[in-house]
Formats: sequence, C-alpha cells, structure tokens
Amino acid sequence: MSIILSAVLTLLALAVIFGAILGFAAIKFKVEGNPIVDEIDSLLPQTQCGQCGYPGCRPYAEAIANGEDINKCPPGGEATIQTLADLLDVEAIPLDAEHGEEKGKQVAVIREDECIGCTKCIQACPIDAILGAAKQMHTVIADECTGCDLCVEPCPVDCIDMISVPETIKSWTWKNPKDQAFKIIATDRNPEVRV
Amino acid sequence: MKKIWDFHGGIHPKENKDQSNQSKITNAGIPPQLILPLQQHIGQRAELVVAVGDRVLKGQLIADAHGPVSVAVHAPTSGTVTAIEEHEVPHPSGMSDLCVFIDTDGKDEWCELYPCDDYSTLSPTEILGRVRKAGIAGMGGAGFPTEIKLRPPHEDKVNTLILNAAECEPYITADDRLMRERAEEVILGFEIMAYILQPGECLIGIEDNKPEAIKALREAAKETQIEVVVIPTKYPSGGEKQLIKILTGKEVPNGRIPADISIMCQNVATATAVYRAVRFGEPLISRVTTFTGDCIANKGNQQVLIGTPVSWLLEKNGYLAQKGSRLVMGGPMMGFTLHQTNIPTVKTSNCILAASQKELPQPDPAMACIRCGMCSEVCPAELLPQQLYWFAKGQEFEKAEHHNLFDCIECGACSYVCPSSIPLVQYYRYAKGEVRQIKADQEKSNQARERFEFRQERIEREKEEKEAKRKARSEAAAKAQAAKKAAAEAEAKEGKTEPAPAPESVKTDIKVNAAPEVTLEGLQKKLLMAEDKLSKMKAAWKDAQENNPERAEKLALAVESSKANVAKFKQQITDLGGGDASGTPSAPTGPSLEELESNLEKTKGKLQLILNTLEDAKQNHPDRVEKLERAVAKNHTRVASAQAALTEAREQQTTESKG
Repeated sequence: MSIILSAVLTLLALAVIFGAILGFAAIKFKVEGNPIVDEIDSLLPQTQCGQCGYPGCRPYAEAIANGEDINKCPPGGEATIQTLADLLDVEAIPLDAEHGEEKGKQVAVIREDECIGCTKCIQACPIDAILGAAKQMHTVIADECTGCDLCVEPCPVDCIDMISVPETIKSWTWKNPKDQAFKIIATDRNPEVRV
Repeated sequence: MKKIWDFHGGIHPKENKDQSNQSKITNAGIPPQLILPLQQHIGQRAELVVAVGDRVLKGQLIADAHGPVSVAVHAPTSGTVTAIEEHEVPHPSGMSDLCVFIDTDGKDEWCELYPCDDYSTLSPTEILGRVRKAGIAGMGGAGFPTEIKLRPPHEDKVNTLILNAAECEPYITADDRLMRERAEEVILGFEIMAYILQPGECLIGIEDNKPEAIKALREAAKETQIEVVVIPTKYPSGGEKQLIKILTGKEVPNGRIPADISIMCQNVATATAVYRAVRFGEPLISRVTTFTGDCIANKGNQQVLIGTPVSWLLEKNGYLAQKGSRLVMGGPMMGFTLHQTNIPTVKTSNCILAASQKELPQPDPAMACIRCGMCSEVCPAELLPQQLYWFAKGQEFEKAEHHNLFDCIECGACSYVCPSSIPLVQYYRYAKGEVRQIKADQEKSNQARERFEFRQERIEREKEEKEAKRKARSEAAAKAQAAKKAAAEAEAKEGKTEPAPAPESVKTDIKVNAAPEVTLEGLQKKLLMAEDKLSKMKAAWKDAQENNPERAEKLALAVESSKANVAKFKQQITDLGGGDASGTPSAPTGPSLEELESNLEKTKGKLQLILNTLEDAKQNHPDRVEKLERAVAKNHTRVASAQAALTEAREQQTTESKG
C-alpha cells in the first residue's frame, strides 16, 4: 500500500514541478506573434498587389499560416510556390490561374507628356515608388517599382504602361544547360585525357 | 631555390602553344574603324567625354572612369568619332553595349603625354593616379581595375607580391612572347608595383613550358630582389588562388581575397601597361593578342589596338572560314564562343582561337553521371563537382551554395575529364547566376516590404494626426460655446431690467415675430414714401437730362431702383391684403399707363443717346467703346422690360374695364 502511495506521490510531485517549469517557461519565453508568418512573408515577393485576394503580402502570409493554399501568388510564380512548399512541407501545387498568371518582371512607366498630374497613381502605389505632385508630372522610380500594376487602373488618362524589364548585358546570366544545346568550350576534350 | 607547393587536382590538356609562339610579336596595324566599348572591365561603365564629330588624337581620353570601381577608355589612334551607339561586344551573351566608333585617319598622331624618367620621384599615390588615368584593367582575363587592386591595404602591408606569368591555358602565348621580347618592361612594371606596395618578397610564377621567357626574365631581374619561380605545368596553375597556393603554400579563405592574407597577384601584361603608363604616360590603348587555331594561316602574336574589329584581324591573318568550326575569344578552357566576327577586341582579349572541327569537335551529348568521381579528383578548388551538379540540375541552389558553389573558379577541368560529357561548369555558371538573381530579388523584396511598412505607418500617423486635430477643434468649439453661455447667464443675472444683448437666434426670433406687424398700413406708408421719392427722382432726372447728361445716367439708375422698390412694396401689399392693394387710394395698380408709356419713351430715348455717344466714341475714344457697348446692351434690356410692363398694364386695364 505504502509503495503505491509513495509512487503516486512521487509522480504527483514530479508533475507539479514540471508543470511549474513549463508554466514559467510559457510566460518567460513567450513568442510574440506567429514566427511562421514572418518566414512566409519573407518568401513572398512583396509586390503588395493583392492578386491573391488579400490586401497585401503579410495578410496572405497570415492566411497561409492558417491553412490557405500556397498557389495564389502570380508575381512569385512557381519559384515561390516551391519555396513555400519546402518551408511548410506540403505538396507544391501549380499556380491558381484564377488569380492571374506569371508574367515575368515588369515595371510601370508613365508616358510623361500625357500625365495630367492627378496624383491618383501616387495614392495607389503601395510602396511610394511614384514621384510627383498635384498638377505636376509624375514619374515612376523604376528601381523601386515591383510591377504590381496597381497604379494602372486608377489613372484617368491611361498613361501608365506595364513594360517587361528587358535583359541587359549586366543582368544576363548563363542559362540552364539542360534546356539548350550549348556550344561549350570547357567540355571540348582532346582524345587523350591525361589526369 | 624557393620551395614550392602543389594544389589539388588539375589537368594536363594538350598545350598547343608552339603553333603561335614561334614568331615575334608583329603590329596588327590601324584598321579603318575602331569600336570601343565603354565597359571593358568589372565595375561601372565609363562616362563619355567626347561627342559625335569630335576629332580625337591617339591616347586622348574618350570616356572617363565613373565612380570608384571604373576604368577610363582612350582613343587608340587619331581619327574622328563617327557614332556613339549600341553594338555587340565580346561577352558570352552576345549582347550589345554602348560603344564609341572612331574612323581612323592613319596619321596616328599622339596627344600630349607626360613621361616620367624616374618613378621613384613620384609618391605611390601619384603613381596610382597615373595608373587610374591610363585606364588600366587587369589584362589576364577578369578586367578588374588595376588601380584599385594596387592600392595598399589599410591594415597590414602586402608580404608577397606575385606576378602571374603562368599562362596555363592551352593555345595562348601572348604573355610568353611578351616576356621573351620585353622582359625589361615586365620587370620595370613589376618594380613600380613593388614600389607602391613595398612587399617583403616579389615572386614571378612561371610554368616550366616557357624556357625562353624564363631565361629572359632571369636576365632582366638579375640586379633586383625579384625571384623568378619556375612551377610545373599544370592547368589551372595560373588561377590566382592556385598560384598563391603553389608559391606560398597558403590558401585564400572562402569568400575572401588574397589581400586578406597579405598577398597580391598581378598579371604580366598588366605590369607592362603600368610601366608604360608611368614611364611614358601612355594610356592602355593596345595589347598583345594571340591568333591561333587551325583555321588561321598566319598564327602568332600581334600588338592589337583596343577596339580593332575581330573580322578585320581575321581577314588580315588569313582566316579559313570554310574550315572553321568555332571562333573563341580567350582560351579553349575558359573562353567563350563568338557568335559573330564584327565585334571589337578589348583590354581583356588575350587570344582569338579559330578552331577547326578536328581541333574543337562538337561536344558529345551529355550522358548520365556514372559517379566515377573524376571531377572531384581534378577540381583545383577541392569542391564536390558531382554534388554541385545534382543540386544545380535539381535547382536546389541553396544546397549548392552550402557546398561552396562560389569557390568554383569555373576552370572547366571537371567538364574536361567527365567521361559522360556532362557540361558541368555550365551548370555551375547557371547556378551562380540564379543564386545571384535570387539574392537580388530577395533584397528588392525586402526593400519593397520596408517601403510598404513605412507607408502604412505614415498613413496611420496621418490619420491619427487628423483625428487629433479634429478632436482639438471640437473641444475648442465646445469650450467657446460654454464660455458664451456662462457670460450670457452672468449678464442676465446682473441686470434683469436691461434687455439682454440678444444672441443671434433670439434676434431672428424677434424678426419672425415682428413680421406679422408689418401690416398693410406699414407697407402702404412705405409705398407712399417710395412713390414720393420716385417722383422726386424723376424730376431731378429730367432736370439733369437737360443740363448734366453725366449725372442723368446715374439718376436714371436711381429711378430704376426706386421703381423696383415701389413695385416690391405693391407686390407685398397684394400678397398681404389681396385686393386691398388695388383698393388703396394712394396706390393705384402700378404706375398708370401714361407713366409706363413715358417711361418706355424715356428709356428708348436714352438708348438712342447712348448709341449716338457710342458712334462718337468709336471714332474718337476707342478706349470707351467697350464700356459704352455694355451700356447699350443694358439699355436694350431696359427698353424690353419697359415694353413688357406697358403691355401687361394695358392688358390688366382691359380686363378690369371688362370686369
């Protein structure tokens, strides 16, 4: 009897001690916010375009953390879906066409002589990448523009174009050799290979 | 004899050097047109200082270094700038960049140069200034601005200065011939570099397949502290990190540069360029380039002006196009295929290799990796090429990076030995590009997030400020109201007998209350007064019309307004008392018919008068015309209204008489 009692008491004591430690830790090391949301947010392209149906990248990140599909971000495209799938350990699914298609990098350009200076696009730009003032010509800071095209719709004179960013000699990178028949110098081997 | 070390891996491809190193360096001559890219180096593009149509002299600056990491461009011969536009440049992409086109005049006229007999009279900073002004970029291949590389490090000094004379890439003999023929220049250039950096030891690393060059260098370096170190021939011993390993036994840590371990490496051709820049003040406008391969009849090395089109050079050297399979700029290991020949040679073009099908056959199609491990055996950077290949192929770039992808020097030894002909180095280049792209995108998206969050914060703040202002305003209003009320109450208490100074609302109340008291009698009285005034005015007006026409006009207006007054009161009376108005003895229904008629006549007369004055003014006082025209228009309307009033009155009379 006493054996059973002492065992129960011991376990009880242990339970109380560990409970206290856990309770203390829960208060002391409390994590503010949901860290997974930050991680998801850092993978999203931050265009703040709202094509996913949420009012920005962070709200979509929160929705993903709560079980929303990961395939609603056209600017991020397949690459973002893949990284999100890796992070969340879920299956990578193809992009949901309902929200738009992957277009490649774009940048907004204002046809400046047609601009009437209404400031509507400035108000629409989520990242303050348009400069200008009332009744003054506006212009897009191309380096800051994420190509979200939110400024196109509010323009009353339709003077904003979305142009794909052309590849320059500076931005050029080697292409995947898998996709192309390359004329590769380095693989040219002489018949006699001496190592 | 200095002790030397060995680096991991490496290969021994067929050298093919004696095809081009048998003859002396010849001068390629002046082509009819030079094409000078503004970017022939790593860093920012040079900034133009000439315009189309300018005549330039040999050695004249045409584009200046722009920003800290940049290199100037000079005119290689005298001529005229005919165009500044995009043109294909030597680049693996085959893309275009901004180039200056110079039509040469054949005079080869130098601009003024500033030679210096003794470099030791100059300070290291002055020498660096000369190097920068001369537009020298590393001529070994990468094209890094030499002035920046030569700057003494801030913390500790350079212990070992190395001159890279290995020239390990097959076919290329430009440095070999340069050392054989201009060993003094090489040594003097190296001494100038040593003068700037004051290193503990100066070494020249040269492969043992260049005995003549070794001899010449040893001869030239006899009286100096420079040591010529002969190293075994093995590709890629000319790689900077590999040469450092061979000569010093030290390894450059991951992600660092040789200067971090107090070592600096410079190229042979760069040393001669530095010498010429300091000694003669000559900018870098030409270089030695090797022309080799089975498809070139006159193989050898030539002193080529920067900007000379490859097509012109090939033609001059007897290019056998029908035999050619591949045209390569650089060596067969690290060079790149040229897609067309109308491109210029640049500061880094050390070799043009026109290979036949037999020399550089089409690579076999890639087969599956059999995990033989030969690639990791030959990798000079001691990486795991196989592993990197899988990651690059599977687009697992992060893992590739963790396997030190960026330590790969892209020497191509792995692809060279791969029995499955897998284009390994292509995969690494692709992966590197992708990683850089991903990083750039990440940075941009971080920036976008920051800006977005800042904007949100700003909007929030503006909203709060607005709210605060609105609150402050409403509070102030409430306070003022309370104060007013309190004041009114206090006054009311002080003197009850005195009528309180009625607030606005009370006043209107009184008005409203008083309104009914404005009864018929009051109105009729007012009407009488108005009529009286009207008749007086009319009299005055008539009088004035005869004697004082200017005043008459004013009076006419006054008469009109009095009439309107009269009409208003009459209307009010009718409104108030219905038929009473007509019944009032002193106020008959409006002015009598005669009165109206006379009124009409008068207005008409006045109109005529004004019209006359207008005619007169048109001839004599053009400035008054506009004013008068307005008056005419006004009077026209008056005549019309008078006419209308008359007809109305007549109709009324007829109805009344009928009634």
